[in-house]
Amino acid sequence: MSFLDATGMSGGYGTGPDIIHDCDLTVEAGEIAVVVGPNGAGKSTAMKGIFGMIHLREGKILFNDRDITALPPSDRVLEGMAFVPQNNNVFPSMSVEENLEMGAFIRTDNISSTITQVFELFPILKDKRKQMAGELSGGQRQQVAIGRALMTEPRLLMLDEPTAGVAPIVMQDLFKRIQDITASGVAVLMVEQNARQALAIADRGFVLVQGKNRFTDQGKGLLANPEVQRSFLGG
Amino acid sequence: MDFLNAIVLFCNFVLVPATTYGAQLALGALGITVIYRILRFANFAHSELMSWGAMLTLFMTWYLQSVGIHAGPLPTALLALPVGILGAIAMALTTERTVYRFYRKQRASSITFAIVSVGVMFVMAGLTRFMIGPGEQVMADGQRFLIKAVEFKRMTGLDEGLAIKTTQVITIAAAIAMAGFLFWFLYRTRSGKAMRAFSDNEDLALLSGINPDRIVAIAWILAAILATLSGTLYGLDKSYKPFVFMQLLLPIFASAIVGGIGQPVGAILGGFVIAYSEVLLTYAYRKFVTYLAPGDWKPEGLLQLLSTDYKFAISFIILVIVLLIRPTGIIRGKLL
Repeated sequence: MSFLDATGMSGGYGTGPDIIHDCDLTVEAGEIAVVVGPNGAGKSTAMKGIFGMIHLREGKILFNDRDITALPPSDRVLEGMAFVPQNNNVFPSMSVEENLEMGAFIRTDNISSTITQVFELFPILKDKRKQMAGELSGGQRQQVAIGRALMTEPRLLMLDEPTAGVAPIVMQDLFKRIQDITASGVAVLMVEQNARQALAIADRGFVLVQGKNRFTDQGKGLLANPEVQRSFLGG
Repeated sequence: MDFLNAIVLFCNFVLVPATTYGAQLALGALGITVIYRILRFANFAHSELMSWGAMLTLFMTWYLQSVGIHAGPLPTALLALPVGILGAIAMALTTERTVYRFYRKQRASSITFAIVSVGVMFVMAGLTRFMIGPGEQVMADGQRFLIKAVEFKRMTGLDEGLAIKTTQVITIAAAIAMAGFLFWFLYRTRSGKAMRAFSDNEDLALLSGINPDRIVAIAWILAAILATLSGTLYGLDKSYKPFVFMQLLLPIFASAIVGGIGQPVGAILGGFVIAYSEVLLTYAYRKFVTYLAPGDWKPEGLLQLLSTDYKFAISFIILVIVLLIRPTGIIRGKLL
């Protein structure tokens, strides 16, 4: 039994057609799993399905041996999942520190040690903690978004294209931090456009095409797979 | 001496009344702002909520007076205020539960909400007039003046007197206290920060486990407190008349928009901009100029730019100018 076991997911937005069909995603504790694929493959939709943000017509999601298929997103946060959406993932007119406080909204205990941990992971945020999140650069804003999600001390962190719109050098840095997060025992499931770099740090990779699983392997295995190289990694 | 007389005259007829009126508008505009930030619509029923809260305060005031309870030199209405506030909160939460929630669950557009609020406005206005009648009611009692014009003249030896009403001082003090409380609440408390987070990014607030129904309820409670306070202060300063509140809607909205809709600081600034404009443009400057002019020269006319009948036209004109030139308002707010 895997840490996160999403099997046979089918569903879409509202009453529209299914975007994902019989899609499976699994993550083991403490590993990085990466979902790649062409535009419109349903990567983000699959993430939202796992987090309960869209209605799944079929499928079952087991997290930490518990069936969470019917839980709303807020209850999944309580179970130990955290989600960083691709867009609008910070509170722009609130300070960095307030963003982190809001991330910990459901917690009733003292959050100062978690804030310290986030500042250790992203030192730049400590310097900018009184600044409005909306005034930060794209990379810094992603750090705020990830930091906000870490405030509930999740055991599974889900990232939807964390490097979208950031400079390549910042992307390398973000991937490094994501590896640091995994090293502290948090499992990471992320969707990425920068497939080659993401698969290089992935323990497990999924290639989605038109809402279906096409390839599933270790990250290095997918990188070495000639068919994946030809179709999705640009030769 | 003439120069001092001119200044005292100006303070007595312009500065003090305009500041008081500005404080009342600011409190009203803050209520509009709170609802706009959280529910994202222009709440046309706000001035009727002011009227409703002030009416309940008035009822309680009459009751207190009838059993012989007074607040000494202060108006009895201040003691009755908590009852008015509770009644306004009950009214606001009832409309939220019975009317607005339905549209909220449908994710109706803000224009739908605004039209719905017009309906709520008419119902509330009718209910208020039904309960208290359309006539004018005197709210203020206790000591009427803090400084009387005659006393001021005797003390200073000037020809002009400065009268400061108790209610004017109470209005300004209460407005400062309420604005301070609102900012403290929004920036220092968990619930206030959650409100700002919800207003900033509703989806992310939901992901963070912030309960939207709770946030909306808090917004209505804040709006009801602000409405009752501004309505009561207006009634104390002038008098309570149900019809006045529909007329007040325009300057209040103008204040919120001129300041920058959705910006609390802007609402306060806007309130004073509108109030000072109204009073400055409708004041007759003849006596003022007579004091300042050399010799015995007297202007022939009243030197009044606009008749006081055009008071509301001023806020309307300012509103149109702001929407044309700087639609986001003084402090960059959201577009309506």
